[in-house]
Amino acid sequence: MSRYFTEDHEWIDVDGNNAAVGITDYAQEQLGDVVFVEVPESGKELGKGDDAAVVESVKAASDVYAPVSGTVSEGNAALTDDPSLVNTDPEGEGWFFKLDLSDTSQLEGLMDEAAYKEFVANL
Amino acid sequence: MSMNNQGRPTRSEDVRIQDIGTKGANATFTGNRALILEEKLIFESGSIDRTGVDLPDIPDAKSRLGGLERSETIGLPGLSESETVRHYTRLSRFNYGIDLGFFPLGSCTMKHNPRLNEKMARLPGFADIHPLQPQESVQGAYQVIDELATWLKTLTGMPAIAMSPKAGAHGELCGILAIRSALEARGDAREVILVPESAHGTNPATAAFAGYKVEDIPATKEGRVDLDALVARLGPDVAGVMITNPNTCGLFERDMKKISDAVHDAGGFVYCDGANFNAIVGKVRPGDLGIDAMHINLHKTFSTPHGGGGPGSGPVVFSAALEPFAPLPFVEKQGDTYKLVEEENAEEHHAQSFGRMVAFHGQMGMFTRALTYMLSHGGDGLKQVSEDAVLNANYILRSLEDVLDAPFAPSGYCMHEALFSDKGFAEGFTTLDIAKGLIDEGFHPMTMYFPLVVHGAMLIEPTETESKEAIDEFVGALRHIVAAAKSGDAKLKAAPHHAPRRRLDETLAARKPVLVYKETQDAV
Amino acid sequence: MRYLPLTPDDRTAMLAKIGADTVDDLFTDVPAEARLTGPIHDLPGHASEMAVERHMHGLAGKNLVAGDMPFFLGAGAYRHHVPSSVDHLIQRGEFLTAYTPYQPEIAQGTLQVLFEFQTQVARLFGCDVANASMYDGSTACWEAIVMARRITRRKKALLSSGLHPHYVSVANSMAHFTGDELQSAVPELSVDTDIADLIETVDGDTSCVVVQYPDILGRMDDLTALAAKTQEAGALLIAVVTEPVALGAIKSPGEMGADIVVGEGQSIGVGLQFGGPYVGLFACKQKYVRQMPGRLCGETVDAEGRRGFVLTLSTREQHIRREKATSNICTNSGLCALAFSIHMTLLGERGLRDLAQLNHAKAIVAADRLSQIEGVNILNKSFFNEFTVILPVNAREAVHELASRSILGGVSLGRLYPQEDALSHAMLVTVTETCTDEDVDALVSALGEILP
Repeated sequence: MSRYFTEDHEWIDVDGNNAAVGITDYAQEQLGDVVFVEVPESGKELGKGDDAAVVESVKAASDVYAPVSGTVSEGNAALTDDPSLVNTDPEGEGWFFKLDLSDTSQLEGLMDEAAYKEFVANL
Repeated sequence: MSMNNQGRPTRSEDVRIQDIGTKGANATFTGNRALILEEKLIFESGSIDRTGVDLPDIPDAKSRLGGLERSETIGLPGLSESETVRHYTRLSRFNYGIDLGFFPLGSCTMKHNPRLNEKMARLPGFADIHPLQPQESVQGAYQVIDELATWLKTLTGMPAIAMSPKAGAHGELCGILAIRSALEARGDAREVILVPESAHGTNPATAAFAGYKVEDIPATKEGRVDLDALVARLGPDVAGVMITNPNTCGLFERDMKKISDAVHDAGGFVYCDGANFNAIVGKVRPGDLGIDAMHINLHKTFSTPHGGGGPGSGPVVFSAALEPFAPLPFVEKQGDTYKLVEEENAEEHHAQSFGRMVAFHGQMGMFTRALTYMLSHGGDGLKQVSEDAVLNANYILRSLEDVLDAPFAPSGYCMHEALFSDKGFAEGFTTLDIAKGLIDEGFHPMTMYFPLVVHGAMLIEPTETESKEAIDEFVGALRHIVAAAKSGDAKLKAAPHHAPRRRLDETLAARKPVLVYKETQDAV
Repeated sequence: MRYLPLTPDDRTAMLAKIGADTVDDLFTDVPAEARLTGPIHDLPGHASEMAVERHMHGLAGKNLVAGDMPFFLGAGAYRHHVPSSVDHLIQRGEFLTAYTPYQPEIAQGTLQVLFEFQTQVARLFGCDVANASMYDGSTACWEAIVMARRITRRKKALLSSGLHPHYVSVANSMAHFTGDELQSAVPELSVDTDIADLIETVDGDTSCVVVQYPDILGRMDDLTALAAKTQEAGALLIAVVTEPVALGAIKSPGEMGADIVVGEGQSIGVGLQFGGPYVGLFACKQKYVRQMPGRLCGETVDAEGRRGFVLTLSTREQHIRREKATSNICTNSGLCALAFSIHMTLLGERGLRDLAQLNHAKAIVAADRLSQIEGVNILNKSFFNEFTVILPVNAREAVHELASRSILGGVSLGRLYPQEDALSHAMLVTVTETCTDEDVDALVSALGEILP
């Protein structure tokens, strides 16, 4: 399994054709206390860059984009009851949705952890 | 993920320090503090068997409710009149209003609300008439609408007007729908509305509500619309632009006429958000700038009360090109009589109208107030209004620019409001802290975190109804608070200390929304 | 000028601080050709309070005032007695001259009122939650249709023929641009509502069924079966209440299963005001709360742990979501919501129920009197305080005849449905607690004179 990052502060864990997507620790820190998350329904087809989920703090609403194309296999229902998981464990229990990838070659443009750390450090 | 880059804190900060009043040595037994009296909810103090009205006896009659009698308890508590007066009087004292003090909320135009307006709106000849009364029985009401319409058309230099929109955002919708109708009438299915990134959120929301795609236009370093970028984006898919002028940075869009000409040349229409008309009323006619539609917030420029969040009123003036598409109903003068043009007679007068936006004819209660205000000021007074509003704002700009970052001040004068950023505050101190510090000093804060193009924006609009002394007092207090923010004074971080409530936990409210009272709820 | 405090000396001193010679210098960003040099022509100069009062009194005097004569109009705007304390309290400057409560520490008055208002509206409508109000009933109705589209992702709305024609007209204007498909019809002069037809018509493409209760002709039906059938089809039932006083007597739409209940709150606390400002009421089931338009006030605590209130779930709204907002609405109808809430508090459940019974009983007495006139028929079997009267003559002309005799006798269906000949002999008559026995006598005897 390997983890990639996007410039939109999302992470994606890939295992073969399956992947899980969430937002990074840096993103949750910027967002503040998360009060609501809307995750996509399973079966939804997403193109790379499409709006996939919504994450809201008190004063800001942000769209979470699909980092690569695919079909949603599961949304994280736990976030509906406890959106604060995004703050407490953004890169673990706070995952947003799982995808069946339709084009794994799209992963090639994404960053690895070291590259993302450098990207954030330069912001 | 898209990021929050306006500098607005989104995490509730732990400010549970320095308890004043309700805890510790200064606590009172009741929680009251002299003139600040805590008040329960009516659901805690009232009873479903108590009432504050006396009704005549009910005649005998066999029910004809068709078996739909409501048998379950509704759960509506009542209070006697004495308790009711006290309940709402106490609650009122937890509010800040223009009547109490300086209220420099940028872009909102919190000017004095003359009481003559209130008196006139309550004349039974206006307040106690039904919208569907026979037309011959409400000629005076139609005349109010017509006179107000004439004033607004004259002040804006525009030939037509729709009076029925209920508020500014509703007026925006009216204008955008008229634009879409005009395009449809010529078989032109354009899809995009351009909106500057400094626009108020209602602009993109309105365009989307009307079925358009919204694209941002960037701003120049001077805080104005980037004319070159705008012109470059124009094309056969652009239905129009929505521009606020004076804009939300408090600046006049110098290129407005050029923008209008370019948009017209490309086959589009120009919508102007008239939220800031207060700065130019009597000085500039939007009709001379090539505008096709503009709403006017009667509750801003023309002094009708904000009422804690409405009701507003948002008539829309139109260019000749859009006039045929204006909504129903409207009042037309025919000889000595006024006639309401509605669905039934629209065919002959107004076949291309896009239809009705509201039941009845709009915010009559606001029309009487606004007309009263205009008659009071007259054409000469309204010109003085904008001059004094702009003078007061520039005075504030020059009185604060040495201590607060004013990103657009170098480019010249502002119009009716002055914009500052949060640059230079100590680590961890934000615009929010400045606002809460002002509360303790007895002022209503300025607009904060708007417009979005400036980090930690503070938008200060004094209006023309403030005296120099009131402004000087505010400037003195704000300079003091800014000094505290720059030095990192912990006391400011915990402000307000003296308001009826300390900072409220908005995260809790949003995570577990409690929107109605429930008898079984645990005390929080 | 009485509203402008700056003196000429102030202006001079301020210009000096600014570094400008004249106030016109401050307007240099306005292109010279667009700048006006003197006061606008064709407008009068400023005027004293006395002069303005004289002018406005003159205009007010040209209208026939409801309170001065027998008055029986309704059709979406109702005349009820508003207790004196309501108008006194809404004129307190702290309510009247406050802004939207964006600084909650100094707006707890407005916020607590909104929380109480939301609870009152939710309970009156039999719903879980309500918002802090909309512009009016007609716009609330359209917003409900849009909300149902968002929830169901379907675009076909069925509008009952008993829905107020202005509300239908508003929805049609908007739907033309949004691509919603609306099915609507003109009401028939029958005893029954069109609920049976709606039950028949609702299908898997329907986003919502919109039904007015009581309907435009004053008829009412149990909504339970319609709610069940609508929800079975995956659609939402939207109930529209234009006369909320009725809900002191009849079951609420929420109790009967409606998903969204909207209404016009004008009849409680606000007054006629020639059609506005009014107050739109909006309530729904808890599960749909994040799809609601408009402001919401919620309970929370402050930094010392005391109960307080804030605007909440604001990420649905335009100032944060911009083009993705649930609605472009920015204001609510705050002061009218306050008036509604104060009046409702004065009434309480006891008062509201008595008021509703009084309205109903007076309406029954009046309907019976009118039905005794030769050639006059009452359409309704059941009604609350408004019913449809069928005359042997054109009702629109009869209404004008009555007005010329200083009786405001009702709303003709010809005014509401001008193209429909089948409705031209019908008029709506509303009888509230403000109508006296003498008023009914006057209407009955005048109609007797007018009719052949």
